[in-house]
Order: sequence, then structure tokens, then C-alpha cells
Amino acid sequence: MKKLLLSAGLGVCLALGACGGSGDGKKKDDVPRVFDPFPSTYAAYPSAPTLITNATVLDGKGGLIEGGSVLIEGGKIMAVGTDLTAPEGAVTVNAAGKWVTPGIIDNHSHLGASPSPGVDAHGDGNEVSGPVTAEVWVEHSVWPQDPGFTRALAGGITSLQILPGSANLFGGRGVVLKNVPARSVQEMKFPGAPHTLKMACGENPKRVYGYGRGAFPGGAPYSRMGNVAGYRTAWIEATDYKKKWDKFLDGEGEQPARNLELETLAGALNGDILVHMHCYRADEMAVILDLSKEFGYKVASFHHAVEAYKIADKLAEYGTCSSMWADWWGFKMEAYDGIRENIPMVHNAGACAIVHSDSDIGIQRLNQEAAKAWSDGKRAGIDIPIEVAWQWLSLNPAKSLGIEDKTGSLEPGKMADVVVWSANPFSVYAQAEQVYIDGALMYDRNDPAIQPVMDFELGQPGEGDKK
Amino acid sequence: MIRSLISSLAVGLAAFSAAPTAAAEPVAILGEKVWTGTAQGTLTNGVVVIDNGRIVSVGTGAAPAGMPQVKAEWVTPGLISAFSRTGIAEVPGEKSANDTGAGGSPFSAALNAADGFNPDATPIAVTRLEGFTRIAVAPDARAKLFAGQGFLADTSGLPGSVFKDRAFAFVVLGERGASLSGGSRPAAWAALRGAFDDVRFFTARYMTHNDGNVLTRMDAQAFMPAVKGDQLILIEARRTSDLEAIMDFKQENPMLKIAIVGADEGWRVADRLAAMKIPVIVDAFSNLPASFSQLAATSENAGRLAKAGVPVAIVNLDDSSHQARLATQIAGNAVANGLPFDTAMKALTTVPAEIFGMSSLGVLAPGARADVVAWDGDPLEITSAPTAVFIDGVSEPMESRQTKLRDRYLSLDHTDRPLAYKH
Repeated sequence: MKKLLLSAGLGVCLALGACGGSGDGKKKDDVPRVFDPFPSTYAAYPSAPTLITNATVLDGKGGLIEGGSVLIEGGKIMAVGTDLTAPEGAVTVNAAGKWVTPGIIDNHSHLGASPSPGVDAHGDGNEVSGPVTAEVWVEHSVWPQDPGFTRALAGGITSLQILPGSANLFGGRGVVLKNVPARSVQEMKFPGAPHTLKMACGENPKRVYGYGRGAFPGGAPYSRMGNVAGYRTAWIEATDYKKKWDKFLDGEGEQPARNLELETLAGALNGDILVHMHCYRADEMAVILDLSKEFGYKVASFHHAVEAYKIADKLAEYGTCSSMWADWWGFKMEAYDGIRENIPMVHNAGACAIVHSDSDIGIQRLNQEAAKAWSDGKRAGIDIPIEVAWQWLSLNPAKSLGIEDKTGSLEPGKMADVVVWSANPFSVYAQAEQVYIDGALMYDRNDPAIQPVMDFELGQPGEGDKK
Repeated sequence: MIRSLISSLAVGLAAFSAAPTAAAEPVAILGEKVWTGTAQGTLTNGVVVIDNGRIVSVGTGAAPAGMPQVKAEWVTPGLISAFSRTGIAEVPGEKSANDTGAGGSPFSAALNAADGFNPDATPIAVTRLEGFTRIAVAPDARAKLFAGQGFLADTSGLPGSVFKDRAFAFVVLGERGASLSGGSRPAAWAALRGAFDDVRFFTARYMTHNDGNVLTRMDAQAFMPAVKGDQLILIEARRTSDLEAIMDFKQENPMLKIAIVGADEGWRVADRLAAMKIPVIVDAFSNLPASFSQLAATSENAGRLAKAGVPVAIVNLDDSSHQARLATQIAGNAVANGLPFDTAMKALTTVPAEIFGMSSLGVLAPGARADVVAWDGDPLEITSAPTAVFIDGVSEPMESRQTKLRDRYLSLDHTDRPLAYKH
């Protein structure tokens, strides 16, 4: 019962975003818990029933259909197959020679929070003021006019997670967005997506707080052991906080004072907020797996995970994802052991592999990053069918974000987030020609009228140019 | 001699080396497609014969009888990275392992990147494995807009792999140049003009002093060949107005040999660049207004520049020390955005060779140095990779620290012994 109440507090309110009100604090319906005062106002744009035919379809859950069709109606996938007929009045897209896939989901982006142009005033990506800033929400930094969103759209990105930076042990809440141009971040927020929490291992926190920033002898953490002590201290506090609220929600005692930092951490402890952890080294990931067990939460995905290949078996056993680059390596010590086969080796061990970007350039061609990893795996004897590998780009990131029941594959009833590619998207020459979000055509490479231009770019050199 | 001995040893040890022979022996490299970079174009079922470090013949038909063969889908000249920091930073994030720049040095134009080059640096083999046999290596500007002297090297990883020291001077203008000069573009241009002045009046200016207007005596001396037009100057700049200013400067100083690095908005002044025969070294991924100097950046930049007749080299400016190898992917994307395939290949071979005056490199032609790469597919395709790499006729090991890590962890079974015993 207690568990139910808690999820009512932190879960349902997140989903519906309408949990205001006040009362004596004794009845669950009256508890003043405004846990998502910034609810999604996203609404799908109008779409016509659309039948895409004659394509090579990757359904996103491991299937490949030659001469396949995808039927979109009411913003949803209605059917996927070889023998579909267009309903009356439907738009038919003859995709002969082209490929159709689910929209790509990047679960590691800083678009909007560290936008273009990268001027000082736009440095909203990291609340560096302390090692624990679980109280900040990156959505409050997201500038929807970042031109980077439009470039990502042209690369087939239909949903993305924006994360705070990795300076802190606890960087704050992330947010999942539909990649649709908007006036406010609320108009982009993915309806019903759980909130997320960004944490970071390794070099960044200890560099920023320990001996960096001219703060010598400065504050904690100084070291990796200081990092872990920092997480544990915060989780202990959060556990107490959660207990107080549990009690109160069970009808005992006074309503505890709200604390934004601990509210986020308590939400992670009860599973309503998904934990995304920046972590490069295998040994550190192994420590974090135990840490999460100590406090009873789960890591949804390790980000960057440059050494995931060294403990792929442990990651599979625990059941977490790894969000990885194809080939970034060596720029700092914890990235020194990067190899080109990381992604296929993680996949091959039965663990959940994800291709992520962490880059406004990389996000534009995650399909190519997957292709590189896929072919390198093949050369190393790990032969994964392309239709299976596509899960790294859509379904697995959707799982890590808790939205896999809504998007991430072409299955009837799911959001019609669909990309039509000019050719096999594992080729460098392929381009996203059409990008549908909830069935609405939001990008068409061959029609300048269906290519967004952000406010910032209006009246500037290059406005409306091919990007 | 020592080098060729070491090379033969390396070939013998290389697990994946496709070439069966040592340096001095001839090899026939057969490709279903052979991209020559010359008037011969792309040969179908071509044969490249190499011997004694040189290319002997390039043609079609049967390979010479009895000669060891390497077979591949594609054969190309060794690729040339026109702008990298490969070999001067082992780990860029670690000060102790990064020799790219020196913010605390009193010197600038005299800083010679070759002094920091380490042929054993792990990015060398990593870069070679992706088909790059030659690299232009530039220092980074940290204290002043004069970054210092760049050099040319091969990627054999052997002592003596620098084949042209002080090959170019590197100067940073635009936003970065402004901030390195005190805070504005006018300050950057004042510094550049002042440095030219220091060099031109060298004898008088440094007769009794070690300092000029802008440069120390040593910096002025090092910068002298560039000012006289005897040495190439690479200039980093992005914004249209910066590019125009550089071309104005070149018009005032016609003897200068200039190539521009970046040129994100270069397409807007492509005709003038072409008329002035100024080559550009671009990162064709740039398509965001990442700064106010890149507002007109577009993925069609390389294609439009080339169409106007500007010599275009393609590089990765994002991570030039460890990921210079991504220039093939970037060039492939440029092709998807309008650059002809042949021009994209030239952007990785003949154009860099021309910019840096690397004679007999970047082409498959009789008499040229035998830098040859055998590929398992289209060299610009992301799913392709080299199967053999020759530098000066030597079959290079297809192994790096990365491939060793991969091989150690391909199986995680450590029932009998820790994985550290697998090597």
C-alpha cells in the first residue's frame, strides 16, 4: 500500500502533471505534492493517414521486411507488412529502393542546454556550484531555439534525452523530448516519459571539485573514493527523507518539509526516476552496480561506458544498458582503453547496447556510428544482422528511458515515429529523406517548406540553406 | 637500414598483415577497383606493382608471374591527413601527456611541434590502421596567435618518421586569434602585422634587443621563411569577413603561401579563393552556427568550394589528435552532400600532397613512393576498412593497442587465469 501511495506521489504526478492542491496532508489525494509543475503540453501535429510502400523495413525489434509497407493512421503505427492497402484518402509514399526504420532516439544529448552558438551566455549545461545538485532540472536550461534540434531532426532523431553535464556526482534531472520545434520546453516534453537523474563517475567530479577551479585545497571529492563516499552520503540522506514521506503518506505524523534535492533522489530510490550514470571505466561501473544494490535502486544505463566490453557479462547479468560511442577514445585517461568493437561486444554478451552521441555533430548521424561499430564487430567475428543492430538506435534507448511501450519500434499502436532513408542507413551515402513524428511529416529533405528554421537563424547568413 | 630491419621484424610479427613480403621485395597489389589519383582514374581489376619502396607500374591485366600478391576490393594511395595533432598528444586531457601547445611559454612562432613528436604514441598506429600513411601535424596556439611550426611525418611509428620538419607555420585568426591577442580581431591583426614588421626589420630591430614589437628574436627568426614566402602558412579562420581579410592581406603580400584551415563560411567567398588559388582544409561536418563565426556553415561547403575550383582537403578538426582517421567518414558525408567522389578522394590524397609539397605521394603512379592501401570496400564507406597498408613499400603491422585490448576481451572467460595473462 505504502508503495502504491508513493508511486501516486512521484509517478502519477509526473505522468499527468496535474497534482496540485492542498489539504491536511493525511489523505493521499490531498497531499500538496506538486512534483511536476512543468507538465508536457506536447501535442502531435496533424497527420494524414500515410502508407509507405515498397521499402526495406527494419521494424526495430529485430525484423527486416523486403518490399515492406508501413501504415500510419491517427499518428500511430497501424500495420507493418508486405500486403497492406491504403485506406481511402491516404497519402501513399512509394519508397522503392529506400529503407524505413523507427526514428532514432539519442539518450545522451545536451541540445538546448549547451546550444549553438556556444557563447558564454548559453553555458546552461551544468550547475557546477556543488558536487550534489540533484535539485536542478535540465529542462529549465533547455532553449528550444537551439538550431541543433533541427540538424538532429535531419539525421532522423525523433526523441532524445537532454542531460545535465557530468561535473557533479549528481548533476540533476534529465528530460525526454520529442524532437519537434517549439516555443517552450513543455511543448517538447515526451508525454508520460519518466523523469531521469544524471550521475557521474570518475575524473570529472574529482577534477572539478577536488583540485580544479583554483580551489586548492578545495572541497570534496578529490578522488574516486571521495566520489563513492559522496554518492553514499547523499543516498543515506535520501533514504531518511523517503522514510519520512512514506510514514506521512501512510497517515502518520506531520507533512515533512519538501527538499528539492532529496525529492529527486527519493524518486530514484523508489524507481520512478531513472538513473543514467556517466561512467567510463569497467572497475568503476562494477562499484556502482554494488552501490545501487546497497541503496536499492537500479542503473538504467551507463553512459559513455568506454570499457563496457571488459565487463559485458556483469552488465548483462545486472540488466543495465550501456550508452556508447562507436570510436571515441583516448581524449582523457578514463577513455584510454576505448576500442571500436565495444558496442558489438556488449551486445554479444547479451547486454543492452545503445549508440549515443553526447554531441551536436554526432547526433546527426547515429546510424553511421552504429554502422561503424556493426562492421567492426563483423570483422572481429561478431556477426549481427543489421535489423538486430538497429535496436541500438531505437528500442534499446527507448527502454533506457522507460518509453519502450510508446515508441522505439514499428509496432501497431506505437507512436508513428518513422524515418524514410534514401538508401541502406548503414551506408555513409544514405540520408534521412523524411522524418515523421507521431505520424506528422516534420522533415522532408526534398522540400524546403518542410525544414524548420529556428528563430536564431532568421535574418542571418545561411538562413534556410541546406544544412 | 635500421628502419628497414625493424620493419621486416614488424611484418613478421604482425598477425593480420596481408602482405607476405619484406620491404625490398616486389609485391603486386590487385584491386577490383584501383583509385589512382592520376589521369588513369579508377581502374577496374587493376594491378599496382611495388618494389624497393617505389611504385613500379599501375595498370590492368595479369600480375607479374611469381610475384607475391595482395588482393583487395579497393586499392588507393596512402591517405594523407592535412591537419592533425597525431603523435604530439598521447592523452590530450593529461598535461603531462600533451605536447600540442604551451600557454606558459614565452615563445610562440618558434615552437616546433616536431620537438614533441613521439612515433611510439598509440594514436599513430590507430590512425595508420584506417589507411592514413602521412600526417601533417600542427601545434596548437595557446599563448599567442602564432602556434608555431608544423611538420610532416609518416605513420610507420618508427624513428625517423618525420620527413619534413618546419613544413609550415600555423597562425590562428578569427575568434580564437582575437582572444589570444588580448580580446579583439583588431588586436589579432595588429599582432600579425607587427610580427611581419619584426621579421622584415629583423637586423635593425634585434641588434640590441631580444624583443620586437610582437615577437622575440627566436620567434622572428622562425617566422622569417613564412613572411618571405618560402614557407607555407596555415591560417585558421571561419567567418566570411575573416576570410576576406586574409585574402586582402595576401593581395598586399603576394609572395605569401597561404592555406586556410576551417573556412566554415568559405563557400560564400569560393570564387575569390579559387581565383587567388588559396587551398582550404575543411571539416565537412561543420553545419551548425556553433559560434558567430560559423553562422553560414553548411554540409555543402566542401562541395560548393570544390565546384568553384578551390582545392579542398578534408580533415576532422573536432579531435585532431586521436580521430584524424574519421576524415574518410567526413569525406563520405561530403559526397552525400554534393562533393563528387573523385574530388573527395583527392581531398584525402592529392590535395594535401599539393598543399604541403609532398612530392610523389597521394597518387598511384609509376615512380611514386609506395604508400598503398588495400581495402575491403569503398574507402569512404563507414563499413569499410583497410586490409593492408604499405608505407614506402613496407607492409605495416595491422595491429594497435586497441586491437590488442579487443583480442584480450573478446572472450571474458577467466576460469583458469586472469585475463592479464592473455597477451
